Amino acid sequence: MHPAKSVIYFTTASGAGYGLMVWLAVMGAFGFIPADRTFGIVGFGLAFFLIISGLLSSTGHLGRPERAWRALSQWRSSWLSREGVAAILTFGPTGIYALSWVVQGQNGGPVGMIGLAGGGMSLITVYFTSMIYASLKAIPAWSNRWTSLGYLSMALMSGALIMLALQAGFGLGHMAVMIKASVALLALAGVLKLAYWRALQSDPARSTAESATGLGQFGNVHMIESPHGEDNYLLKEMGYKIARKHANKLRRIALVTGFILPMAMVAAIMVLGLPYVVVLSFLALISAGVGLVVERWLFFAEAKHVVTLYYGNRNV
Amino acid sequence: MNANPFATVKEDVDLSPEVADEVKNTTCYMCACRCGIRVHLKNGKVRYIEGNPDHPVNQGVLCGKGSAGIMQQYSPAKLKKPLLRVGERGSGEFKEIEWDEALELATKWLGDVRARDPGKLAFFTGRDQSQSFTGWWATQYGAHNFAAHGGFCSVNMAAGGLYTLGGAFWEFGEPDWDLTKYFMLFGVAEDHDSNPIKIGLGKMKTRGEAKFVAVNPSRNGYNAIADEWVGVRPGTDGLFVFAIIHELLRAEKIDFASLARYSNAPWLVIDEPGKPDHGLFLRDAKGNPLVWDLTRKKAINAMGPDADAAPAFAGARTVKKRNVVPSFQHLATRYLSDEFSPDAVADTIGVPADTIRRIAAEIAHVAFEEEVVIEQPWTDAWGRKHDKMIGRPVSFHAMRGISAHSNGFHTCRALHILQALLGSVDVPGGWRYKAPFPKPIPPGVRPAGPVANPGEPLAGPPLGFIKSPNDLLVDEAGAPLRIDKAYSWEHPLSLHGMMHMVLHNAANADPYKVDVLFMYMANMAWNSSMNVPGTLDYFTAKDDDGDYKIPKIIYSDAFWSETVPYCDLILPDTTYLERWDCISMLDRPISSAHGAGDSIRQPILKPEGDVRPFQDVLIDLGHRLGLPGMIREDGSATYPGGYVDYMANHERGAGSGIGPLAGWRGKDGTEHGRGAPNPDQIGRYIENGCFWTQNLADEQLYFKPFNRSYLDHAKAMGWIGHADPIVFQLYNEDLQKFRLAAQGHGDKQPPEEHRERIETYFDPLPIWYMPFEEAEVDREQYPLHALSQRPMHMYHSWGSQNAWLRQITSANKLHMHVDTAASFGIDDDDWVWIESRHGRVKGQVKLITGVNPQTVWTWNAIGKRKGAWNLSEDAPEANKGFLLNHIISEVLAPGKNGQRYSNSDPVTGQAAWFDLRVNVTKCAAHEAGFTEPMFEALPREPHAAPNPPVSRYGADLKGTPTGKKADAKAWVGNRHENATNIAGLADGKGNHTKGDAS
Amino acid sequence: MTSLPQNPSKVKLGLVIDLDICVGCHACAVNCKEWNTSGKMAPLTDMDPYGAKPDGVWFNRVHTYEAVDEAAGTSRTVHFPRSCLHCDDAPCVTVCPTGASYKREEDGIVLINTDICIGCKLCSWACPYGAREYDEDEGVMKKCTLCVDKIYNENLPPESRVPACVSTCPTGARSFGDLGDPNSDVSKLVAARDGYALMPEQGTRPVNRYLPPRPKKVGDEMAPRLLDHHDDSADGAGLLARWVDKVLSA
Ligand SMILES: Nc1nc2c(c(=O)[nH]1)N[C@H]1C(S)=C(S)[C@@H](COP(=O)(O)OP(=O)(O)OC[C@H]3O[C@@H](n4cnc5c(=O)[nH]c(N)nc54)[C@H](O)[C@@H]3O)O[C@H]1N2
Ligand SMILES: Nc1nc2c(c(=O)[nH]1)N[C@H]1C(S)=C(S)[C@@H](COP(=O)(O)OP(=O)(O)OC[C@H]3O[C@@H](n4cnc5c(=O)[nH]c(N)nc54)[C@H](O)[C@@H]3O)O[C@H]1N2
Ligand code: SF4
Ligand code: SF4
Ligand code: SF4
Ligand code: SF4
Ligand code: SF4
Ligand SMILES: [Mo]
Repeated sequence: MHPAKSVIYFTTASGAGYGLMVWLAVMGAFGFIPADRTFGIVGFGLAFFLIISGLLSSTGHLGRPERAWRALSQWRSSWLSREGVAAILTFGPTGIYALSWVVQGQNGGPVGMIGLAGGGMSLITVYFTSMIYASLKAIPAWSNRWTSLGYLSMALMSGALIMLALQAGFGLGHMAVMIKASVALLALAGVLKLAYWRALQSDPARSTAESATGLGQFGNVHMIESPHGEDNYLLKEMGYKIARKHANKLRRIALVTGFILPMAMVAAIMVLGLPYVVVLSFLALISAGVGLVVERWLFFAEAKHVVTLYYGNRNV
Repeated sequence: MNANPFATVKEDVDLSPEVADEVKNTTCYMCACRCGIRVHLKNGKVRYIEGNPDHPVNQGVLCGKGSAGIMQQYSPAKLKKPLLRVGERGSGEFKEIEWDEALELATKWLGDVRARDPGKLAFFTGRDQSQSFTGWWATQYGAHNFAAHGGFCSVNMAAGGLYTLGGAFWEFGEPDWDLTKYFMLFGVAEDHDSNPIKIGLGKMKTRGEAKFVAVNPSRNGYNAIADEWVGVRPGTDGLFVFAIIHELLRAEKIDFASLARYSNAPWLVIDEPGKPDHGLFLRDAKGNPLVWDLTRKKAINAMGPDADAAPAFAGARTVKKRNVVPSFQHLATRYLSDEFSPDAVADTIGVPADTIRRIAAEIAHVAFEEEVVIEQPWTDAWGRKHDKMIGRPVSFHAMRGISAHSNGFHTCRALHILQALLGSVDVPGGWRYKAPFPKPIPPGVRPAGPVANPGEPLAGPPLGFIKSPNDLLVDEAGAPLRIDKAYSWEHPLSLHGMMHMVLHNAANADPYKVDVLFMYMANMAWNSSMNVPGTLDYFTAKDDDGDYKIPKIIYSDAFWSETVPYCDLILPDTTYLERWDCISMLDRPISSAHGAGDSIRQPILKPEGDVRPFQDVLIDLGHRLGLPGMIREDGSATYPGGYVDYMANHERGAGSGIGPLAGWRGKDGTEHGRGAPNPDQIGRYIENGCFWTQNLADEQLYFKPFNRSYLDHAKAMGWIGHADPIVFQLYNEDLQKFRLAAQGHGDKQPPEEHRERIETYFDPLPIWYMPFEEAEVDREQYPLHALSQRPMHMYHSWGSQNAWLRQITSANKLHMHVDTAASFGIDDDDWVWIESRHGRVKGQVKLITGVNPQTVWTWNAIGKRKGAWNLSEDAPEANKGFLLNHIISEVLAPGKNGQRYSNSDPVTGQAAWFDLRVNVTKCAAHEAGFTEPMFEALPREPHAAPNPPVSRYGADLKGTPTGKKADAKAWVGNRHENATNIAGLADGKGNHTKGDAS
Repeated sequence: MTSLPQNPSKVKLGLVIDLDICVGCHACAVNCKEWNTSGKMAPLTDMDPYGAKPDGVWFNRVHTYEAVDEAAGTSRTVHFPRSCLHCDDAPCVTVCPTGASYKREEDGIVLINTDICIGCKLCSWACPYGAREYDEDEGVMKKCTLCVDKIYNENLPPESRVPACVSTCPTGARSFGDLGDPNSDVSKLVAARDGYALMPEQGTRPVNRYLPPRPKKVGDEMAPRLLDHHDDSADGAGLLARWVDKVLSA
């Protein structure tokens, strides 16, 4: 699949934003961090910025962005619609929670409960986002359980890293919680990603050039004449090809910068102690950010669409 | 707009939009197949073009090209105004001029030549569908240097057929699709009968009773759906056919009864080597050929009613003191020879001997064990009544795969002879003629030579049929009289002229210079010439005085083609939707085996620019030049109404009653075929959908060459001059006359340098020889055959300007067998040099398995010159597409005395496009990605608007709702044929005709 | 109402394509474009129509494949038109967030309401068959309409009320009708010829059917045996001698 910048940004940024939202809620609700106003402004500001800019960026992918509002109507069947609705609904509790924190300086008690509800809805939104991809049978690389697990774990992980960096920057709250959570989530997300890649390699092809054409009874099917001389929409959108070698290299980069390095840096905080927390948590965040973008790019670029079976691919 | 973002908007689809303001019928010209179309017009633009269901050619279907007519009409490459060259030839620098100036200039140029020596005009009309008109114009002008495109197209097919059966494949005959049980297709990718062939194949295959065998080095298109694909090596079909004939003879699976009646197989041939009439038929005092009657033991008139009772087919005898043998003896001796056994030819053809034997057995089985019988009495030419029509349901069709080789004439004859041996010519289930064929063998018209005095018309039409050396157009010394050397000793039977040699010959003053070259509808600076780089030089070559060797070139095109920039005066034509045309019985009509037909085009759109229909322009020029037939005594124009006036009112020979259109003749429009001009004729055509057809009576449908009722009808219609039976000429005496001349007999003998060639190739029975280029080159250096094929969705060069069609194919690749590629170290998509003895061209390969391993092929005429057709300079057509034409030489290697013959069939002058031999090598890395040779980019047409970045055609033609609803109509492809196979299926007699059960 | 029709009618209009006789001529593709460029989803925009990368909207595209059986050493060439299959479980419909993509209750035709489509392209990702065509210029998705504005169109003569690709197909390889009715002619055709659906494993339940190429007749069904030679003399001399006095035409 064509790795469109807008969609890569949308999924990574809004994922991180929602992840941050979850951690703001959890940390606040459970009293791990005081309702500091400046922290609140920066934290929620960042979370909303990531979420909103992500959502806006996703409309950049639309042919008719001015009609984007229409995407809300089909929540009964469409995951994209559900995601849109969920995103809007999530603004309710998260907005109230943010206002309470920033304006009233409250983040625990009943407000904390609202915050947790907002966090929960954030996760649901991320899940819906993931289901947009996971529901597409025509793209076997996405339509499996790893997709949602990956989106959720990476949202939480990137959110955690931001939370940690913010806390470090402000020197606020229980950092140990975030440090442990970050390490655990980095490990979890990294393992899930590895598992996903393994599954990609080992899952048998769902469809083949033979099943796509129904001509398998006559032998192996090869396209010898394309219906059009130049690339059409299908090929530009779904025909994206990435060389195995290239992909493997990028996978290693994603794994190292996205998971291993940040994990090492955050773990190093535990060893080296808090004086290094600011530097290391920021470095971890930057590294993870780079890694996640590469990971997301690969998520698209490596995914093969069954329509390519009509254009010379042998199996998908 | 629905404001509630959560509500589902339900679309109210307009099921019955108004489609058109007006629907007009006319005839398609996106190719030469002549299908009937209905053009839906809206807001003065074309909304939709569909096939006319009532039309006999396409029966409602429309091919891809025809469906893309809209984009032709709105092509940015359309010429808009007459152009006069101001820069050097090829520079593309023109100034726009008014029609008056253009016509005055043309009149002056043409008038000067006509006053001095009309032979110095070369008038060649390319893809002309109005040759009977342009030929007539040439006749009146006195231009014996006239021809159209047939010489580079398929004259081998025409000549091979007309000199054997009096009819030909091409679009002049068709298999009996409904009854045939064994159909063999030789070397066809698309053909001029493209929709009829597709309709026929679809029905035949759906009927499911016939076997379809495709003989072709490539397995694309029609060949892909064949039951059996015989992937012969190019140029070897003759041997394949001989081997089949060999098998049939050995097994005596020959329809002797049919041969006795309808062919010259039993005719007695003088067998006295060295005598001036050796090899000619022995004739009685009245000139009748003779046969030996075995019961009466004497020679009798071969044309007599009882000649077929017991004729001898073999044996040397002495009749009238002459040694004679039946011509069949020659035929049998030749093809029974072991050199034509399947085992002997298998390797050369590239087909296992067992396959050849099996196919021969299948043919024999179907022909002789599976006869089809139609309970329909008929009477033969001798007055004998037959109570039914019995057919041998084996049929053949062949086209350029056979004809575009230098041995094609003989191969084509071989195929026709096979048909005759099987008794499957014009019989139920066999191959059938379309009116006005069959014609006498050969037809009676002879080509006219140069006029004696300037200003006179020619004595007859410039093109015709040669029966003996006496008919050749050569001077005392035997040198050619025509600029293209047609009808000369070099290519005696070049019935269609040799347009592919005109530029070469004129630029080299060989045989002489011309003053004006006048061309119409032929892209000679590109895809219709061999050796394109050389041809461009011929266009621009100058003599020592700095004048162009071809002093003046007038050209009519409708588009900014590769050729326009090389000409001096451009007469811009309209598109096919903007003019009158006439698809005449005198030309290439729309007849089918069921009956005759002709058709017209009517203008349905106003010409966009300041362009004029070329036919109108010719009429106008004829009047200005004062050509006979085009000017009245009072100096006024004979056809003031232009071409449509001519269509309705012209008669071939005053008072003959025969004119361009056969339908609704006579004052009241009740006569057909012959009759006085009818002022209302065109109106009747339009009323009838722009065509006329007349079905033959049931008793006339088969056995036409010797069917009394048919022959009388054909004579009455003016298709043939007399109603004598047409006897198949298996052994061709006319050819033997040339051979005799070469052997030193008669007063017209070939000059020394041509003797051997004439003697070799004018064999009265088909021979096979290795195609010239293959024989001349080092076959190890050039190990592969290189072919081109027509893509079904493109018409030569003129498809690429079409915004829709070019999306399908914007660049061509070289198709190569995977195994061959492996042995050449070539991978899929590699860029390669394709090198012939003449030059090299670069392209990209596509590996496949459905091709003869010793053959590579590519799509024809996709490659374009940069800048031509107003395509942008980075268009794939110009940067990746390539032409094989660049590396095909128009002449053969020099002979013993330096003589260089045209790269053509030695008998007919048919261009030997498919003889090309090449080597293919992977190019260097830095050479990959673009084609070569790359010619300098042509400028855009003067004043051409910039190409639109987006085309939204049709956005404004959407219908306005009517709100009505109707039932959807069920439609089953080939319903009639399916109904015979599938229980319970309604027989709708096919879906393609009007008024069937819905 | 989102999703697929809740109360679909039994009528399932669709196409049947006979791969045994399709010659790959592209007539269906071009005629489709021609009809539809002023049809319901007009225009079928072409980008860069005379330039380097011409690319337009087409509802029907014709591929050519070779099926190669390496073991048996056989192969065949098959031309293969591809357009919307009007799936019963059309994923392109259920993914659509706007309801622009929908399946008609009355006949099962899958359509796009281009007035409300937001061009999110998700439906094209969901369709396994590549039947969705994005109009870059307009920013909306388009696709085969089954010529809904032609098949019911009372402004057209009855014989024209069939999809453009069907009435134009020169070989008669395309059929159109109600595949929901087992007694319809198209259903009988499918039954008799073992028509099949593409990629059934994708769970889309296409309505359109393809008729497989028939087995090739290369065996001896046409001729029971090879021809007997009536004479095996060199160059057929014996035969010729035999024919000298024989009345062969009887
Ligand atoms: N390598 C190779 N070369 C071949 C062949 C091959 O098989 N292989 N085939 C050969 C054969 S058989 C043929 S017939 C030739 C065909 O070659 P051409 O006869 O050159 O045919 P086209 O390319 O169709 O174009 C003829 C010209 O007619 C112009 N034209 C189109 N419509 C109109 C119109 O309405 N009015 C006027 N006045 N002009 C119009 C076009 O713009 C174009 O310039 O190519 C030959 N060349
Ligand atoms: N769509 C479309 N239709 C056209 C045209 C067009 O340009 N486009 N052009 C029209 C014109 S001008 C013409 S002349 C006709 C030509 O119609 P065709 O004769 O069908 O034209 P070609 O494309 O030259 O196809 C020649 C076929 O012969 C095969 N072949 C080559 N050499 C041999 C051989 O030695 N033996 C055998 N058995 N086969 C061989 C090639 O593989 C190819 O399939 O088409 C007409 N119709
Ligand atoms: S075959 Fe196609 S292009 Fe040729 S006349 Fe018929 S519809 Fe037109
Ligand atoms: S029009 Fe018919 S024969 Fe031609 S490609 Fe389409 S389905 Fe095949
Ligand atoms: S073929 Fe594709 S676009 Fe058509 S209904 Fe099925 S899924 Fe939807
Ligand atoms: S592109 Fe249009 S039709 Fe397709 S899913 Fe999005 S809104 Fe629906
Ligand atoms: S049914 Fe109509 S819209 Fe669909 S492919 Fe055929 S012609 Fe095109
Ligand atoms: Mo031709």
